[in-house]
Amino acid sequence: MSKLTVSVSPHIHSGRTTTKIMLDVIIALLPATIAGVVIFGLRALLVIGVTVGASVGFEALFNLIVKRKQTIGDLSAIVTGLLLALNLPANIPIWQCVIGALFAIIIVKCLFGGLGYNPVNPAITARVFMLIAFGSMAKGAFPTIVDTVATSTPLSAETMPKLLDLFLGVHGGAIGETCALALLVGGIYLLVRRVISWEIPVSFILTVFVFAFFKEGFDFTLALSQVLAGGVMIGAFFMATDYVTSPSTLFGKLIFGVLIGLITSLIRYFGSYPEGVSFAILFANILVPYINVWTRRRVFGTGVKGNE
Amino acid sequence: MAFSLHGVHVPHRKNTATKPVLTLDTPKMVTIPTNMNIGAPAKPIVKVGDLVKIGTKIAEVGGYVSSPIFASVSGKVSKILEGEKCSKIVIESDGLMEYDESIKAPVIDSKESLINAIKESGVVGLGGAGFPTFVKFDGDKKIDELIVNCAECEPYITSDSYTMRERTDDIKVALETIVKYREVGKIIIGIESNKKAEILSMKKMADQIDFDIEVRVLPSVYPQGGEKVLIYNTTRKEVPVGKLPIDVGVVVVNCTTLAVIGEYIKTGKPLTSKCVTVAGGAVKDPHNVIAPIGTPVSELIDACGGLVTEPKKVIYGGPMMGVTVADINEPILKNSNAVLVLDKKEAKMPKTTNCIRCGRCATVCPFRLIPAAIQHAYEKKDVEKLKVFSVNACMECGTCNYVCPANRQLVQTNKLAKALLKEEGKEEGNE
Repeated sequence: MSKLTVSVSPHIHSGRTTTKIMLDVIIALLPATIAGVVIFGLRALLVIGVTVGASVGFEALFNLIVKRKQTIGDLSAIVTGLLLALNLPANIPIWQCVIGALFAIIIVKCLFGGLGYNPVNPAITARVFMLIAFGSMAKGAFPTIVDTVATSTPLSAETMPKLLDLFLGVHGGAIGETCALALLVGGIYLLVRRVISWEIPVSFILTVFVFAFFKEGFDFTLALSQVLAGGVMIGAFFMATDYVTSPSTLFGKLIFGVLIGLITSLIRYFGSYPEGVSFAILFANILVPYINVWTRRRVFGTGVKGNE
Repeated sequence: MAFSLHGVHVPHRKNTATKPVLTLDTPKMVTIPTNMNIGAPAKPIVKVGDLVKIGTKIAEVGGYVSSPIFASVSGKVSKILEGEKCSKIVIESDGLMEYDESIKAPVIDSKESLINAIKESGVVGLGGAGFPTFVKFDGDKKIDELIVNCAECEPYITSDSYTMRERTDDIKVALETIVKYREVGKIIIGIESNKKAEILSMKKMADQIDFDIEVRVLPSVYPQGGEKVLIYNTTRKEVPVGKLPIDVGVVVVNCTTLAVIGEYIKTGKPLTSKCVTVAGGAVKDPHNVIAPIGTPVSELIDACGGLVTEPKKVIYGGPMMGVTVADINEPILKNSNAVLVLDKKEAKMPKTTNCIRCGRCATVCPFRLIPAAIQHAYEKKDVEKLKVFSVNACMECGTCNYVCPANRQLVQTNKLAKALLKEEGKEEGNE
C-alpha cells in the first residue's frame, strides 16, 4: 500500500478555481466580442486577436525571463487582453495594440508581482495610457454594417444617437463597449454564475443615471442614453468588478460603485475628455485599500459585553 | 443585526444515513490512547497482565479537565506503551465481550451526583471536540438555554443522525435528569433541515418531555454546528472571543454525548463503543459501524466490504475540519464520529496559487474575519495587524479555504497566527 497523504484541513474544495472563474469571464465577454466583430467588421477581429495573443505572449515571456512559474494557464492574461481589445477602436494601428498589451501585462501586472498584486486594473490603465499616448484612440471607429456618418463618439456628438441604436451598439466607439445588449447578457451571466455580485454594477449604473437625470432636467431618455453610451456598461460589469482592484465588503462595493459613477459623470459633463469611465475606475482603484479599511466589519465575538 | 451568520453550502454526501447500522465483530485487539479528551490525559490504573471486562476502568482522570477511560472489550491488558504525550493501553480480547459485574445504574439525587455521573460515564464532546462534558455542567451559573447540537453539518457524517433516530430514549433520559438537578431555563434542539426523519423523531421526543423544549430547524449551511454559530443562530447571543458559552448562559451538548449520558444513567454502562460513519470513495460499501473504542480503522473498513481502490487519505472526522492519519491501523477514539477513506480523486486538491483578492473568504466567514488579510499579515509576522484583524476569533471551520479559488491554506495560517500571538505573549484579555 502506498503512503497515505497527511495534510491540513479542509480536505475538500468547492472546485471553483481561479482558472474556472477566468473562463467564466471569457465566456461572459463573448457576446460583446461577437457583437463588436459584427458591428465593426473583420478589422475588429484582427485587433482582438493581436491584443489577446500579445498579452498571453508577454506574460509567458516575462515568466520565462525572470524564471517565475508559468502562469498563463490561469487564463487571466486572456481576460486582460480581451478586455483591452474591447476597449480599443477597430481602426487602431496594430502596433499600438501590441504596445498596449505590453503596458497592461508587463508594466501594470507582472512588474507588481503578477495576478493579484496589481494595484490598478491592467486593461483600464493600458487604455488610459493609450488614450494619452496615441491620437488614434480618440478618433474612434465607425460601424461598418450601417451607413452612417457618425461623429467620433456619441458622447461628444451634438445629438445623441437613438436609444435603440445605443442599446444594440450600432454607433461609433470601442469594439466591445458599444453593444449594451451584449454586455448586459454577459453581465447577467457573471451575476448568475456568482463570479461578480450586484453591488458594484448596480451602484455605478444607478449613479450615472441619477446624475444625468437631474443634469438633463429630468429627461428619462437622455439619462438612459448616458448609461448605454460610452464605457459605462463594460466598465460596470467587467472592469470595475475586477477582484484585485475592487473592495471586498458589501458597503465597500457600494461606495466604490457610487464613486466611479460620480467621477464618470463629472468628467463627462464638466471635464475636458468626452468619456470618463476609465479615469473614474482607475482613480477608484487607488482608493480601494482605504475603502476596505473604512468598511471593515466587526468581527464576531469582539467588542461585545464581557470582551472589553 | 438579526441575520444568521454566514456560511457555505457544502456537498452532503450523507448516503450512509438511510443504510442499516452494522455492528462490528469482536476485534482481536484494541489500542486505547489516554489522550482522547481536551485537557489532561487520563492516567492508566491497570498494569500488563490485568484481566479486564467491558466497562472496567483502565485509566483515571489526570486533572480537572480530564475524563476516565474504560475497557472496551473483555480480555487481558497485553501492553502499555508510554509515549511523550500519552500512554496507549493495548487489550487482547478474549472474544467473549463480557461486561464488568460491578456495572450498575448510578444513584442520582443531587447536582453533585449528576455531575459525577456525567464524569464517570467517561463522556467527552462527541461532536468531535472531545471536551470533558461534565465540566460544562459543573458550576452554579444558571443555564438559560441548553442547546442540543443535532446540526451534523460536516459532509459524509451520519453517526449523529443514527443517534437521533435510534437513541431518542437515551437522549430523553439525559435531558430529563439534567434539567431536574441543574438549573436550566429552556432546551433548544438545533437540527439542520436536511435531516427529515431525524427532525420527526426529535419532535416526537420533545413532545414527551415535560419541560420548555423546542426543536429548531436550521438551514443546512456549514458550519451550522459550530458551537458559537449554533448559539447565535438559535439565541442571537454572541459568545465573546476567548470566553465560554456558559459566560452568556448557554451550554451546548452534542446529541450523541447526551445519549451516552442517558445510557449511563439508565444502566451504568460507560462510553466504550462508538457509532462511526465509515465512508469515502475508497470504501466498497460505506456504512455506520458500531465498534469498540480502540478498534483499528482497517477492521471498520473490512466490515464495510473492504477497499475498492488504494486509499489516498484517511480522515478522522469530516472533510472540513477532520484530521488526517498516516496509518490505516490507527484506533478509533471516543470522539471519532467518522472515518473517511478518500480515493485519489477525492483527495486531490487544487494547486495553491496567488491570492486574487476576490474577497470570497471574507464573504463566507461566519465570524466576519478577513482571512486573506490575516494571511498577508502573518507572512510579514505583523503581530499588531493580526490583533487588529482579531485572528483569535477564528474557529478554524475551513469555510474560507473551501471557497478560495487559489486554494490558499487560510485555516492553517490562522492556526499558525494564533500560535504566534500566544508565543508573543501579547495576547492580553480577549484580543
